[in-house]
Amino acid sequence: MAVDVLKEPGILDKKESELRAAFLYQVSNIPGGEKIKKCIQCGTCTGSCPVSYTMDVMPREIIALFRAGAMESILNSRTIWICASCYACTVRCPMGIKVTDILYALKRMAMEKELFPKRFPIFVLSKSFVYLINRYGRSYEAGLLLLYYLKTNPLKLFSLLPLAYRLFRKGRIAPFPARIKKRKELSAILAEAEVMEMIVPEGVYPAAPQKGHVLGLAKVS
Amino acid sequence: MSYLYYPGCSLESSAKSYDLSTRWVFQSLGEELVELEDWNCCGATMYMSTKETISLVFSARNLALAERMGGDVVAPCSSCYTILNKTNKILKENFILKAKVNQSLKRDGLSYHLKVKARHPLDVLVNDVGIDAIASRARHSLEGLNIAQYYGCQIVRPEGVFDDPENPTTMDKLFEALGGKNVYFPVKVRCCGGMLMTTFHEVALKLNKEILECAVENGADCIVTTCPLCQINLDAYQKKISKKFKVKVRIPVLFFTQLLALSMGSTPKEAGLDQNLVPVGEKILGGRL
Ligand code: SF4
Ligand code: SF4
Repeated sequence: MAVDVLKEPGILDKKESELRAAFLYQVSNIPGGEKIKKCIQCGTCTGSCPVSYTMDVMPREIIALFRAGAMESILNSRTIWICASCYACTVRCPMGIKVTDILYALKRMAMEKELFPKRFPIFVLSKSFVYLINRYGRSYEAGLLLLYYLKTNPLKLFSLLPLAYRLFRKGRIAPFPARIKKRKELSAILAEAEVMEMIVPEGVYPAAPQKGHVLGLAKVS
Repeated sequence: MSYLYYPGCSLESSAKSYDLSTRWVFQSLGEELVELEDWNCCGATMYMSTKETISLVFSARNLALAERMGGDVVAPCSSCYTILNKTNKILKENFILKAKVNQSLKRDGLSYHLKVKARHPLDVLVNDVGIDAIASRARHSLEGLNIAQYYGCQIVRPEGVFDDPENPTTMDKLFEALGGKNVYFPVKVRCCGGMLMTTFHEVALKLNKEILECAVENGADCIVTTCPLCQINLDAYQKKISKKFKVKVRIPVLFFTQLLALSMGSTPKEAGLDQNLVPVGEKILGGRL
């Protein structure tokens, strides 16, 4: 794990403070998000996580790195993508920190900045998913997996055929995508939402941490 | 009282049996399920990881439709259930996001004022209809059947709306009242990996192995679950898991409504049992083929 810990504590470069501000904005949108300040580094989240054994940065370390001012190494970690969103960490954290939601926020940031290997599985899966539901209003499992494997590993499709066949015979694969009736109206709603997504209300961005303010935790909300 | 039924995308394809059996159970109990008119995908965990406002708009459109029809939403898919609840929570606590969402919904003359609750059929059946009422309509006792009650993650976490996030017992009580025996099953809320089955296959296989093995070791005849993703993950990869980890797992995985329907006298077909990949054996059917 290449962690670029601060050479000089308290001084963040521009990129870091931008990432940090964006992250803090995301956190301020999470109900109870400000509790991130209270992490006692107990490791209960890591201990509760069923997939922490394959993570490169443990859930606890995510918060430690955030404090240390190493947003970039968080966003580059495999951890945020491995998280299965099972909320075990969230319900067990003694300080009420919304670990899962924080990881979601990090995923969104990494997606937006495309900070991951090319043809990275979850990115492709999410993009394909978004493409399908924006179009039809409903998800289409068979189409989703087809798109996904075509874009990541087309050869894998062959190895999936036996399972696909079994599912199909059992009537568990819909041959055509389901659609909602008001697709046009949905597009209009989404177009508006796209605009809304970009509006960040003034004053919500907390100030970037200053020199001598290592934790930079003062102004989350 | 009637409920607004929100099947969700997977109940239209890979989990049709969940849809069939849920409708069957509600109908036989005389509870009306009215399908939410023109519902759309809830956005699932995947949209949540892409765009915040848009993902909220997606799920809020359903809540807005429900508000217009007047009633609470019943969502059998644990993931839909959690997303809808989460949307309610975020919109309630964040007026800026709520304003953004309503501004978007306005494009189709919709708006949402937080009046709709999202509920899981397990919650509705046990807490509204009641275990006694259900037990009094049961036609076949589940006696002699050893059941592993698997709740998975998202029905009880993060909020634990109607049951404990660490040790839920709603389903245990329900099937106990119907005569079944609950086996010791400490992994009842462990994660099945969800979409990791597609993205990090090996990791998900290991998670599923642990759940299946635990059920088999504790003498379960079947696993009962409340979530389409858990069901398919546990049901579809048993051969692969047995081979890869050199273990012997072969155990039917049913939606809780399937087993409920059976005990209330449905035919196997009405409960959608023909769609299970690991065949549901004689012990569960109790000679009712
Ligand atoms: S469980 Fe909570 S307090 Fe403990 S390390 Fe994790 S986030 Fe911090
Ligand atoms: S929500 Fe993610 S990080 Fe938390 S315990 Fe589950 S898999 Fe681990």
